[in-house]
Formats: sequence, C-alpha cells, structure tokens
Amino acid sequence: MRALISSLLLWLAIAASSAWALDQDAVRKLATGDSDERTAAIAALLAEGDTRTSGILQAMHDAELFIAGDRILIVRNDIGIDALTGATVSPLPEARDEVAINNRVRRELTAALAALNLLSADPKERRSAVATLTDGAEATMLPLVRKAIETETIPDLKAALEMVRAKLEISSGERAVRLAAINKLGDSDSPTTKTLLLTLLAKSPEGQYAEPDAGLRAAAEQSLRKVEGRLAWAGRIGLAFSGLSLGSVLLLAALGLAITYGLMGVINMAHGELIMIGAYATYVVQTLFQSYAPDAFGWYLPVAIPVAFAVAALVGMLLERTVIRFLYGRPLETLLATWGISLMLIQAMRTIFGAQNVQVENPSWLSGGVEIMSNVVLPWNRIAIICFAAMVLIGIWLLLSRSRLGLFVRGVTQNRAMASCMGVPTARVDTWAFGLGSGIAGLAGCALSQIGNVGPDLGQAYIVDSFMVVVLGGVGQLAGTVYAALGLGVVNKILESWSGAVLAKIAVLAFIIVFIQRRPQGMFALKGRAVEA
Amino acid sequence: MSPAYTPLLQRLYTGRGWTVIAICALVLFVAVPCANLLVPPSSPFHLSAYWVSLIGKIMCYAIVALAMDLIWGYAGILSLGHGLFFALGGYSFGMYLMRQIGADGQYRVNMPDFMVFLDWKEFPWQWWNTDSFLWACFLVVAVPGLLAYVFGYFAFRSRVKGVYFSIITQALTYAAMLLFFRNDTGFGGNNGFTDFKRILGYSITTPETRMVLFVVTGAALIGALLLARGIVTSRYGRVLTAIRDAETRVMFCGYNTVNYKVFIWTLSAVMCGVAGALYVSQVGIINPSEMSPANSIEIAIWVAVGGRGTLTGAILGAGLVNGAKSFFTVAAPEYWLFMLGLLFILVTLFMPDGLVGLAKRLHAKFTRPRAGAASTDAPTAARPAQQDA
Repeated sequence: MRALISSLLLWLAIAASSAWALDQDAVRKLATGDSDERTAAIAALLAEGDTRTSGILQAMHDAELFIAGDRILIVRNDIGIDALTGATVSPLPEARDEVAINNRVRRELTAALAALNLLSADPKERRSAVATLTDGAEATMLPLVRKAIETETIPDLKAALEMVRAKLEISSGERAVRLAAINKLGDSDSPTTKTLLLTLLAKSPEGQYAEPDAGLRAAAEQSLRKVEGRLAWAGRIGLAFSGLSLGSVLLLAALGLAITYGLMGVINMAHGELIMIGAYATYVVQTLFQSYAPDAFGWYLPVAIPVAFAVAALVGMLLERTVIRFLYGRPLETLLATWGISLMLIQAMRTIFGAQNVQVENPSWLSGGVEIMSNVVLPWNRIAIICFAAMVLIGIWLLLSRSRLGLFVRGVTQNRAMASCMGVPTARVDTWAFGLGSGIAGLAGCALSQIGNVGPDLGQAYIVDSFMVVVLGGVGQLAGTVYAALGLGVVNKILESWSGAVLAKIAVLAFIIVFIQRRPQGMFALKGRAVEA
Repeated sequence: MSPAYTPLLQRLYTGRGWTVIAICALVLFVAVPCANLLVPPSSPFHLSAYWVSLIGKIMCYAIVALAMDLIWGYAGILSLGHGLFFALGGYSFGMYLMRQIGADGQYRVNMPDFMVFLDWKEFPWQWWNTDSFLWACFLVVAVPGLLAYVFGYFAFRSRVKGVYFSIITQALTYAAMLLFFRNDTGFGGNNGFTDFKRILGYSITTPETRMVLFVVTGAALIGALLLARGIVTSRYGRVLTAIRDAETRVMFCGYNTVNYKVFIWTLSAVMCGVAGALYVSQVGIINPSEMSPANSIEIAIWVAVGGRGTLTGAILGAGLVNGAKSFFTVAAPEYWLFMLGLLFILVTLFMPDGLVGLAKRLHAKFTRPRAGAASTDAPTAARPAQQDA
C-alpha cells in the first residue's frame, strides 16, 4: 500500500513544475506522516538543500503549516501559499487543520533550520548556525555542510565548517575520507572532539575495538594526542588567568592596607568594611542611574569609581580624626577599636540596606567575554579588574613617589620627628594618608561589586586575606604586596584545581603561618636598623 | 613582697580576698543548687533552669577570659585565636558525648547521625577510643595544649610578636574553621555536634545532672582563678610581666623568654579547652562557628572591659559583656552589634584599664584626697594591679 502511494507521489513530483524543485513526497510526509517519517523527510529536504526548504520548515516550527484537503498550505498573516507549488491560494479554504508536531520533531526542526542557515546570505546567521552545529551536527546534515563549505567565503567560518564536516565524516563514508577527517580533527581544540576520538579508540570488554581498522586507530590516536595537548594548554591558560584574576582582586583589597598598615602602621580591622562601603556606593550610583538615567546605564561605572573612592576616603578620614588618631603607637588597642568600628559599620549597612545582598548589575560592556579557545572564555569583567588593579597600582606608585603628598607620607613614616621639624604637618599627613588608603579600599569595593555579591558581610571575607597579603609581602613594601597578591592568587588556583577550594584555602593559610614563622619580616624585608625600631 | 617567704595562701589573697572567694563558693555550691532544686518553682527565690544554664555558660566564658588575661594582660601577647582552643576542647569532649548517644540517634544505629548520613561504615581515626570518658578528658587537655605548644614554640622562637602574632593566630583559627566546616574532616561539618543524651550514663537533661555540671564549672572557675593568681604572684609571673613591659631587657638579663611565653601560652590554651568541654556539656551544641575570628576577638573585649592585668577584671568583664549580650540579643537584636562595637571603641579610648582600673582610680581619689593628685599607683595600660580582691 505504502509503496503504491509513494510511487504515486513520485509521479506527482515529476509532474510538478521544475521551477519549484522541492521533494514533494518529502513535504507531504512532513505534513501527514508519523514522527519517523517526518524525521526522514526533514533529512531528505536537507539533503536537497533548496533555499525554500527553510520556509516550509520554519512554518512548521512556528505552527503556520496547514493541511486543507490534499493541499499543504503555509498561512501567514491570513495569506496562504501552497507549500508544494508556491502559488498564492486565495481565498483561504475554511476547513484546514494545523500540522501538530511533538518535541522530537521540533528538535529535529530546530537543528535542520540551523543547518539550512548555513546557506543564508547573512554572515551573522551563518555564524550562529555554525555555532549551533559545532556540537550538534547529525549525519543527515553532511551534504548540506559540504555544500556550505563550497560557498563559504569567510575563512574562520570555513575552518569551523570543515571541523564540523570532519566530525561527521569520521563515522561514515570510505576509508580515505575518514582518515582525512581523523587527521583534520587533530587540529581541533574542543573537548567534544576528544570524546569523539575516544569512542573510536574504545575497547569493548571482549577486547574488540570499536574501530576495526588499525590504521585509522593509529591516526585517531595521533590526533587525540594533539587535541589533548592543546586542551592541556587551554587548561593551563585558564588556570593562569583565574589565578591572575584572583591575584588582582587580592591586590586591590590589600593595596589600601599596604598604605594604612604597611606605611602608617595602623592595624585597621575595618578595612574590609571600607571595601564594603565602596561596593555599596557603587550600588547606590547604579540604582540612581537606573531610576533617573536608564539610557546612560552603561556609564554608571565610570561615575561610581570616583564616588566609591570619595565615600570610603571620607569615612576613613573621619575614623582617623575621631578614633585612630588617639591610638597611634598602641597597635593592639588600635586593632580592637577598629574591630569595633567594623562591627558598627556592618550593622549600619544592615540597618540602611537590609541584611540581604543587594543586586549590582554589570554594565552591558562588561558582560560576556573573549573566547580564546573553544573551551577557554575570559570574562570581560575579570579582564577589566586585572587592568583596573594595574591602573590603581600605577596611580598609587606615582602618587607616593612623584607627588608632594607622597613625599610627606614617606617622610612622616620614616622619621616623624624629623619630618615635623622640617615643617611637615604630620597630623594632617596622617589623615590624608589614611584617607588615601581607605579610598583605595573603596575602589576595591567598586571592583568587587562587579564580580561577586554585595552584602554587609562582604568585607569580612577579605580582611584575613588582605592582611595575609600585606604581611607576606613584607610591611611597607608596595612591590612585596604585588608579588604576594599575585603569587597567592596563582598558588591558590593551582591548589584548588586538584584539592578543592576549601583545602586550597587552608593550605595557603597554613603556608603563610609557617612562612611568617620562618621570615617574620615577610618576603621583602627592609634591611638595617629601621626594622627593629 | 618576696614570694619565696610568704605562705602560699597569704601570697594569693589577703584575708578579705579569701572571704570574698568563700562567699562566691558558697553561692555557687550551696545557694544556687538549693534555689534551683529544693525551692519550689512558685517561690520567688526559685532559680529557673534558664538562669542556671546562663550562669553556667558565663562561668565557662569567665575561664576563657582568665586564660586570655594571663596571656594578654600579663604577658602582653594578644591572641585572636583563643576561640579555636575553646572549640577544640569542646569538640574533644563533644566526641565523647556523641558516643554516649549510642543507638538513640535518629537512625537507631550505634553511630553519630551525621556519619550514618554520610554513609560511613566505621569511625575515622580521630574518633579512636572516644567512648572512654578518661580519654575524652585527656583529649580536652592534650589537643589544645599540643597545638598551642607547637604553634607557640615556633612562633615565639622566631620572635613573632605584637600584631604579627595576633594576625597569624587569627589566620590559624580561620583556617581551622574552614577545615571543620568540611564534612570530610569527620566532625559533623556545618552542624557540628548536638542532641546529646547522656554523660557517664546519666541523662544530660535532668536538673540534677545539669546542677552537677554547674557546680563542676564553678569549681573549675575558682580553681582557674587561684591557679592564675598563683602564677601571676609568683616569681615566674613577675618575669612574665617584665617580658610584657620590656622583652629585650629581660632577654639581656639572661632569661630565656621563649620558654616563659610558651608555657603561659600553652597553659592558657589548656584552660580554654577545659572551659570549652564544660561549655559543650551545658549548652549542648558545638559547631565550627565557635572558631570564627569574630568570636576570638570578642574574648579580648571581655578582658578589656573588666580590666586587663587584673584577674577579677577578666571575670567581671566576661560576666558583664555576656550578660548584656544575652539580654540585648533578645530585647534589641539589631542594636547589639552597635553596642558591642561602641564598647570596643570606648573601652580602648577611655578605659584602658577597664572597670577595675576605673574603680581603683575612683577609690584612690576619694579615700586619700591628700595623696590623690600624686597617686602613683593609678594603673597605666602597661602596669597590672598588684592587688585585686
């Protein structure tokens, strides 16, 4: 019976006009067949690669395909087109049934539509189609992919397509084609290629190889080694980047402390809370932009940076004037008093903004990332923080070594009495220097708000870490702080990759504790009598 | 005052001091048990179980404060890690209490619930022999003591001091907290130990058992006070104070300061461990948050409020701050952190000698108006009071 119908349809297909060269049999099956037949029909239409195929598939996907008697219609905006002939049908037949599809067919349709987009004239559509197919191509799409490679003009798209073709050809076709495909896959850098090659090399429990041809296996092994080598590199780059990223976060958190503790010798346990204040300042600026200038939302960050600096610096100067000033030379008392300040600041933030975390959105230009390999994506916000940390570092260095304030700060920390004799207003310099350190903490908070949660407890998470960085680097050493921060970041990430986050953290803390016992002055100790003074 | 020729009892306290201690002992060992167990609940003199457990808890804190005062007030070493030793003592004893639950846990298996939950078949090595009470008591002393000894020996030998020492003790307790938060460490992870049922075979929840624990804690506190007093009034204690005030000079006089510091540091940790064990059996829960750096810093403020360098001050401070805490965290929870923070600031700025120092200054002013202006024994931050009753 079915054979009879299909021969009838075949005849119909031949009889149809050649200008509309669609496989009519396939289209009919698409509309009226069961799921298996529809899948087969989609494959047949794909193999044909006609540009009009996508119109029909899209219509089916969007529930715009109807059956009216023996005719198949695409109805869009009340205008009917005969799917087989392309002729406009007017008036629309009243009695028509929608072609209903299930999930399986819908999935097939989506993949097929993506594949058909390979032939689209718009490079953007082609690019997204290639991206869809990179990990989801099916054997039926092979003819289409081959066709697309011939017409493709953009080099990187063509390369990606060739990779897709190799993945498909690896399991079908003649030996030479498969060999070429296997060799081609050696140039890939994606984990899916690795799994694909591994299945080729797999051995059943009975000792039977999945691939009987030893020559192909050898080629696959070689390709696999190349892919694995590349994947290992990608992993290393990713690790180095996340280490650098963590290091720059630590550096930002610790730089302010390097001034207040490292240069001035003030143990500021509220340093973490100054970071938190910077983050909340960013949040407030963001909220103001959202309600008053939603069009310029992307610009909120450049505004938030100076605001965060100023707010944190003001709070810091206020603290210095009212509390810390009276405790100079009594470090343990300073520690306790500033801890008290930190408790009050935390509670103040809870009272003002609530105990829950607040939402700080990335501006659009910081979301997404740059993909350097198929499985290594470097997020823009992390890259931005690394650059930001570098800029802040350079800024501080210039300020300390080139400006008048920097000169005074260095003078006061080296010899307060002498500086005072030379007419330096030491008390005011203290306030300014403390404000500077606090302001940098605010900058750190602004940066942290872009990559993590902003809540009243934000600072607590960083206080131990930033003290560790400063102590490890050596008190009073800007360069030491930089090395310590980046070193800790990278070491932490490397340990994390094989022992888990918590154990890595514990190991790093234990290392620092042991290290301080061996070298109490840190990595880069000041030499000479100044140390004991 | 030459310690070698004074009989011990006289060296510790004067007659008035002993009287006060005797009164305290009488209250703790006789009055409180009677008021709680014998006086009927309807009577106004009845002391409810809430108060018994609150006072018991505060007495544990007072032992910790004494330990902190020994190391900070007398040796000048500010530890931000005493919460760790407290928690270690608590965990050591908690293991025994967990084993005493036996098969009465939720899963009816002779194993702590969290281990059943994690699908462990046998006890990890840390739990060896923990069903023995004596072994648990040994651990309570040995674990904090050993850790403190090793850590202190290396730290003091490399002459890590001052703020550096404070910060690495903080890092130590922070690392330990992270470690104990892990399930794989074998101490119940986040939840720690709780739901204890028995101690030495007796139910832990009956008023009688609780009263016994209360009395033991009271005895431990008085014992700790006398021990600490014995130390600070001894020759050893005077060297310790000297180390606090001028370590280099003491070294040049021929003393090996490392040994002095390691001893007091280890003793202090052991006292914390004992307090932790008593705390766990009375409060009925121990979890890693006890090791958070914030808890350890709070211990310092108890001592600072009472007056560091005075033993009674430490006990007084622990009592006042914790009393205020239990009151305000119920009455006005959102303001407690403000008050605690303010306490930290005001005490360090305006009361460097704490309440005891303040009282002494006032006393000196009003009892000896002629000598008041030239009062030489108005204590400074660096000098401990010689007498405290």
